[in-house]
Amino acid sequence: MSDIVNDAPLRDIPLRSNRFRREREAEWQRLESLLKLAEAGRWRRLSDDDLLAIPVLYRSAISALSIARATSLDQGLVRYLEALCTRAYFFVYGGRASLGERLGSFFARGWARAVQGLWRELLAAFLVTLLGAVVAYAMVQADPDWYRSFVPAGLSGGRDPEATAQYLRSTLYDEGRNGGDALSIFATYLFTHNARIAIMTFALGFAFGVPTLLLLAYNGAMLGAMLAVFIRKDLGFELGGWLMIHGVTELLAIILAGAAGLRIGLAVAFPGADSRLASASLAGRQAATAMGGVVVMLVLAGLLEGFGRQLIQGDLWRYAIAGSTAVFWALYFGWPRGRAA
Amino acid sequence: MSAALNTPPRRDAGEPGRIRRFVTPEGVDLRLTLGEASERAGAFLIDLSIMVAILAAITILCWAMLAGNRFADLSLPAIIWLLSFFLLRCFYFTVFELRPSNATPGKRLMGLRVAARDGGRLGADAIFARNLVREVEIFLPITMFFAGNDPVSGWIAGAGLVWTGIFLFFPLFNRDRLRIGDLLAGTWVVKLPRRALLADLATAPAGSGPAFTTEQLRAYGVKELQVLETVLRQNREATVREVAERIRRKIDWQGESLADGEFLRAYYLALRRELEGKLLFGKRRKDKHDQ
Repeated sequence: MSDIVNDAPLRDIPLRSNRFRREREAEWQRLESLLKLAEAGRWRRLSDDDLLAIPVLYRSAISALSIARATSLDQGLVRYLEALCTRAYFFVYGGRASLGERLGSFFARGWARAVQGLWRELLAAFLVTLLGAVVAYAMVQADPDWYRSFVPAGLSGGRDPEATAQYLRSTLYDEGRNGGDALSIFATYLFTHNARIAIMTFALGFAFGVPTLLLLAYNGAMLGAMLAVFIRKDLGFELGGWLMIHGVTELLAIILAGAAGLRIGLAVAFPGADSRLASASLAGRQAATAMGGVVVMLVLAGLLEGFGRQLIQGDLWRYAIAGSTAVFWALYFGWPRGRAA
Repeated sequence: MSAALNTPPRRDAGEPGRIRRFVTPEGVDLRLTLGEASERAGAFLIDLSIMVAILAAITILCWAMLAGNRFADLSLPAIIWLLSFFLLRCFYFTVFELRPSNATPGKRLMGLRVAARDGGRLGADAIFARNLVREVEIFLPITMFFAGNDPVSGWIAGAGLVWTGIFLFFPLFNRDRLRIGDLLAGTWVVKLPRRALLADLATAPAGSGPAFTTEQLRAYGVKELQVLETVLRQNREATVREVAERIRRKIDWQGESLADGEFLRAYYLALRRELEGKLLFGKRRKDKHDQ
């Protein structure tokens, strides 16, 4: 019964797993120290040899992990290797593109491609905005009291049905130049406000797109109501120039955000062959790419609003700039970019 | 600890529920651990404090500019403040997560990072998607909450609270601890483990240690071996004594009387040698009930 299995000389031989570990330990520790530098963001300080060594060390560590799982019962070792390989994996396979490179490829290709993929939703979002504008215009024409339901006081800045034609005209042209400070603060506020509305229009899309449609229609309604007030005072053409100089960009941005939200809503509502989760995350990533640029458009719109509108007072010049931004966006988004890599 | 040596194993016992398969292109499963809800919340609070601190600094700066009256028009400080508030709110998370570490300072401190659920590269699109949704998840209800104090605003604040509640606790109601943003972006937040390489316990002793019989080494399996490893690594006197006692009884130890720690080390080495030997022949004895 009591046959001794491990006789003394045999017992002094190190375990295979022990030897395995001793032979590779130095390599793992080198990988670990390189990763420590890389993770701290100091990987520019690594030499070329070190950078080239990381993938090689990673592969040898990951094969060591496989072997260790199959042959070693040293839990501490297996856990160490799992942790080391995970960190190295993220370094080796993670995107190492810098922020600048990512932005470059985004503006050169990614954004326009994503927008092109959204053309159906874009059309729908545009029609909903138009519908909101037409309905609000008709309602305010019929009864000016509706105006206050569409345009919150904070945004109207005194431009309401009771205002005189003279006052309305003065809001369109920066004649006195005395309220300049307040105006530029107001423009900045409007920009941050619009950007948040755009982000919300996008982010609420997952609720089957319903809040997105409502926000789009409401945005159109504000526009329609404002138009109605100015047209009643025969200032329609002038308002057009005042609005469109930045409005082409701004409205396009908000419609784009709405289209991105709709895409997500549609993907959640009608996932097709994919699971709802997979469909949502695919649509979410496509739509978010389009969304990334929306904020940039809003910044441009804010600049046009803040500077362009104050410096350029002629209606025709305003229309000319509005027209050229429209052409610019049409070319930028419409230009064929080839297939996604 | 020592209870595991004695009680029959439950299904999946000892296996934390947050481990997920994650197969690298080399075909090796890295077994990622998901970030706990508490760690996520901690990371978010750290980030929020950093944002508030930055905003406070900017506010003080703007006040100083106003008070110093160095700038004739008052619009500059106001514009700086509005813009930095906006940029912080919308891009703090995005910019940090776009960096190669894919983690905000808060996540880094908590040892977390964002990863793509399908094991692929984490694209900028995914990072945009998961962080734009934050606007509705957190910041919108916060704004609602501070909306005002007439009755209607009260209702809105209440609705905002319910709304945040749904979003806030959403991660707790799914297995993978996903926010709505994670859901839309196809991402999850995983732990980035940092472990030191611990010394191998199975180094052969200088002289020949005590000898165990095959019978005595068949008492336990891999699971018990690893519990023993933990006990030895923690090296708590009371536990070591108790476990040594229990093993001596179980294997009916009649040999030389050794100190508890020494005995456990010797038994660990012998048991590991035995089990690893079997492992080489393709037999992994899971635990003591596995024949």
